[in-house]
Amino acid sequence: MPVAQMTSAILKTFGKKPSTRRYPFFKRQAFAGARGKIVIDLPACIYCGICMRRCPANAIFTSIKEKVWTMDHFRCVNCKACVELCPKKCLYMETEQALPTRKRTGQGLSPKNT
Amino acid sequence: MAKQEIIEIKIEELLPKAKEFMAGNWRLVQICAAKLEQLELSYSFGKEHDLMTLRIILPSADVEVPSITDVYFAAFGYENELHDLFGINIKGNVIDYKGNFYTMAVKTPFKV
Amino acid sequence: MGNRTIIPFGPQHPVLPEPIHLDLICEDEKVVDVIPKIGFIHRGLEKLVEKKEFTDFVHIADRVCGICSFIHGMTYCMAIEGVMNIEVPPRAQYLRVIWSEFSRIHSHLLWLGLTADAFGFEALFMNSWKIREHILDIIEDTTGGRVIFGASKIGGVRRDISADKLKDVLNELKDIEVQIHECADVFLKDSSVKSRLVGVGILSKEDAYKLGAVGPMIRASGIPYDVRMNGYAAYKELNFTPVVENTCDSYGRCVVRIKELFESCRLIRDAAAKIPDSPLETKVVGFPKGEYFARAEQPRGEVVYYVKGDGTKFLKRFRVRTPTFANLPPLLKVLGGCQLADVPILVLTIDPCISCAER
Repeated sequence: MPVAQMTSAILKTFGKKPSTRRYPFFKRQAFAGARGKIVIDLPACIYCGICMRRCPANAIFTSIKEKVWTMDHFRCVNCKACVELCPKKCLYMETEQALPTRKRTGQGLSPKNT
Repeated sequence: MAKQEIIEIKIEELLPKAKEFMAGNWRLVQICAAKLEQLELSYSFGKEHDLMTLRIILPSADVEVPSITDVYFAAFGYENELHDLFGINIKGNVIDYKGNFYTMAVKTPFKV
Repeated sequence: MGNRTIIPFGPQHPVLPEPIHLDLICEDEKVVDVIPKIGFIHRGLEKLVEKKEFTDFVHIADRVCGICSFIHGMTYCMAIEGVMNIEVPPRAQYLRVIWSEFSRIHSHLLWLGLTADAFGFEALFMNSWKIREHILDIIEDTTGGRVIFGASKIGGVRRDISADKLKDVLNELKDIEVQIHECADVFLKDSSVKSRLVGVGILSKEDAYKLGAVGPMIRASGIPYDVRMNGYAAYKELNFTPVVENTCDSYGRCVVRIKELFESCRLIRDAAAKIPDSPLETKVVGFPKGEYFARAEQPRGEVVYYVKGDGTKFLKRFRVRTPTFANLPPLLKVLGGCQLADVPILVLTIDPCISCAER
């Protein structure tokens, strides 16, 4: 009766490198085309409100009277619908995810604006 | 592709039709309801690649609908869900949770 | 004749993978009766269809479940394409088949790991999930997300896989298959694994058909029912035969899932060899009017999508019937008369996915 069928697989692991990565010393590079955080080029935005109405997670708030655009990055589900629907093409998607912070808004400005 | 058909029947014909399908080796696929201008129930049965749906139009939500769990035991989950979400009155369910199948803050949310 | 005790099991328990609650009525270690309760994750997704347009609802349909996510999105697109009579181009059909089979491979590897964890074999659990990490890397490289693919669109697919990338993917799949062979040998031949699985949870052929079981539950009881034989997407051009076993117990269901892993690898290779060149999508014009039932084969069984529209941009009714909801009556039948230590394995043998079952 075959017992301890896994011995050969276990013995082989002694000769190989570990399969896990030693984070935070080595971080993984994201693949090209991976879906991550949304950033906006604020001077080009016309506050039309299309992204706010069509977002599946209701994560964007924008108002043409107060000229404000904010996004709650912890509600965003990274679906890329807003990027495709924007008429002025001022929304972009990066390959890295949003970092953990204490405030819910404020990560969305592109580095060109700050 | 396989064929799908929808047939309209009355409430009294539901149990005899279910017994006919059971004898003909059809299995229960799903039961659902839709609230448009009136309440519509759809009972779907499948055999190999074909799908046959029986449609019942209810005049109001208080009308009693007989349960088919004596014939198809697998229907108890769907009928509890119809009662919890739409408020439909199903009589004779073999396993009846009496409104506690789903825990929700608002009772019968789909009735509106 | 012993004393009767009622033991509550779930929804939070170290060995239970999904939030289902079972009240087990036991007589001295033997389970006599079971009262189930679900409903802890009801999100009301079917009511959300009145607020979001039918083109945006694909993103929500993708997120009904985390493990079988791509096939949910694809079946929603198939239902709307059936109502509006849209023809999908051939390259999009083949890409849908390739991504569906990757989804099936990663789901079955996840199930193998959880089953090993349920009877205490942690080293095998970690080994299966190590292989699964390679599959998730391939999926992220081709679609953009590890678990939620986001690759479906009404009328086609959202992105393409170039010919070079397809060659790299096939090379990696060859190494992965060798590793899967080693891992599967432990499940199929080791005597300690067999003593926990053989003869446990017997579901006879008539019971399986009458109670409405779907997926590997019914295929391990000898009935060859698989929705891929209908020939949706590109399955009619690839020779497909379902995997059937006759043992009717948990060991048979394990064998069915392992053989489906190798069948999926073969389907991906065949599809990559035959994939034609064509545009990726057809444009959608107008609004859906009418009703339609669409069915597809998820890793857990048959999923049914019912869509009803009346000519405006919001759908009137949307209904999902997932395979776990259909497998609950067989679960109650199989749990009667088993030993208490077998309960986690029997709950896992239907491959529960409770977030699908109560959207």
